[in-house]
Amino acid sequence: MRFAIEEILETIQMIGTSRLDIRTVTLGVNLFDCSDRDGEVAGEKAYRKLLRLGKNLCTVTSDIETEFGIPIVNTRLSVSPVSWIVSSNNPEDYVRFVKWLDRAAEELGVNFIGGYSAMVQKGFSTGDRALIESIPEALSRTERVCSSINVASTRAGINMDAVLLMGHIIKRCAEATADKDGLACAKLVVFANAVEDNPFMAGSFHGSGEPECVINIGVSGPGVVKDAIKKLGDGNLGDIAEVIKRTSFKITRMGELVGNEISKRLGIPFGVVDVSLAPTPAVGDSVAEILEEMGLEACGGHGSTAALAMLVDAVKKGGCFASSSVGGLSGAFIPVSEDAAMIRAAEEKVITLDKLEAMTSVCSVGLDMIAIPGDTSAEVIAGIIADEAAIGMINHKTTGVRIIPAPGKTVGDYVEFGGLLGRAPVMAVNSANPAAFVRRGGRIPAPIHSLKN
Amino acid sequence: MGTELQKVVITVIGVDRVGIVASISSILAESGANIIDISQTIMGDLFAMVMMIDISKASVEFKALKERLEQEGSRLGVEVKAQHEQIFRYMHRV
Repeated sequence: MRFAIEEILETIQMIGTSRLDIRTVTLGVNLFDCSDRDGEVAGEKAYRKLLRLGKNLCTVTSDIETEFGIPIVNTRLSVSPVSWIVSSNNPEDYVRFVKWLDRAAEELGVNFIGGYSAMVQKGFSTGDRALIESIPEALSRTERVCSSINVASTRAGINMDAVLLMGHIIKRCAEATADKDGLACAKLVVFANAVEDNPFMAGSFHGSGEPECVINIGVSGPGVVKDAIKKLGDGNLGDIAEVIKRTSFKITRMGELVGNEISKRLGIPFGVVDVSLAPTPAVGDSVAEILEEMGLEACGGHGSTAALAMLVDAVKKGGCFASSSVGGLSGAFIPVSEDAAMIRAAEEKVITLDKLEAMTSVCSVGLDMIAIPGDTSAEVIAGIIADEAAIGMINHKTTGVRIIPAPGKTVGDYVEFGGLLGRAPVMAVNSANPAAFVRRGGRIPAPIHSLKN
Repeated sequence: MGTELQKVVITVIGVDRVGIVASISSILAESGANIIDISQTIMGDLFAMVMMIDISKASVEFKALKERLEQEGSRLGVEVKAQHEQIFRYMHRV
């Protein structure tokens, strides 16, 4: 046989017991040709275009799942940042537009559509302000739409006016969905150095340098990495890095295969494989458990940042060898509510917001799906965003903040979103007031190493 | 179905019992699928059999064959999977 029986069984086991899956197939669509000042007009054009390009997405995805026997968990859409499509100074236009996006997502059978976005790292256009203003209403009135705002970059610095504004918007999103524990906040990311081809939600959008439409794949498999380390048994950290690299290679190859095949069948170019270890609340599908398998008593203890740094680097190295199209965020996500071992660590107060912040300097994104007390002020949230943005700006990496000030809840309570978004204990924040700092506004200048030319 | 997608790997995993190979093989024969190779091993208490088949001249579509094999698997109390060969080639060969 062309394969050893052990190889075949290894693949079967990776998919079966270690939960290897294709986490998302995301169709990115450019909406520039749908642009209009009237949100209703632009929305209908966008809806028609999405339905035309996406009509076979779910069928083809499901066929591939059957033929290859690998689960494809989500199919999604991402669109050009909407602030570029609806050029209006009236937030109402954006709310009218967003309903069409939600409708397209529902009719195509995808669970999220990303791109309700604006890039404001250096300043706001009129449309950017109107879109941001509309976010609480847009996210509370729709089910599937996700929003992301880029407030900082290594090249531009940090737009502190946008940082403070987003602090207030996050509060308003929580209040607008108070009956659902602030669910709208789970669909909103504030970025530094946002990437244009990320297939993962909530931060996915179709960047300006992307083709007319594109298929991007997100592969995952924290359970596979954990099981591979477990199988290694004793071994030094160099050995573990090697095992992670080899496992990541195999995971990425699955993404490459599925991406190429979907692209071929839909006649839509294949963009990237984003090899990101993304946990789900299911047991054995946890990034925190990988760190524990490496020898930490609990994720969040001292040593966690080092372990995570090694993990993320080894994942990238294995991925790059497996595919020339590795892109997106690639690395490991550390969302609290979506990772069973992370939830446990937060319950036991082993992991704190401060430690999570440190870990975001080496993970692939940032502070993700963290519930904080409902009475946290917009200024404290802005301080959290500013710190994350600074880590991203100085280290040339993407950082994001997806945080939920849970209405009416305090430390010890829980937010419950269900499904992939999971549940999270409300974590304590440092209550020292940064208001005078964040209200100064203006821009934190780009660092000296942004001048690379 | 394109020519490159005609090789299929069938894996059967479960407690060993008389007739597993015979039942699976007879379904393949009825469907016009040609067995290229068979290999089997023991994993702990479990029996594992892997077959490489060619369905280019098969009388049924891949999906129908897969469903039929899975049904037979549940009748026999074993897990039967049918997957295109590509997934293994991509994962284990550069």
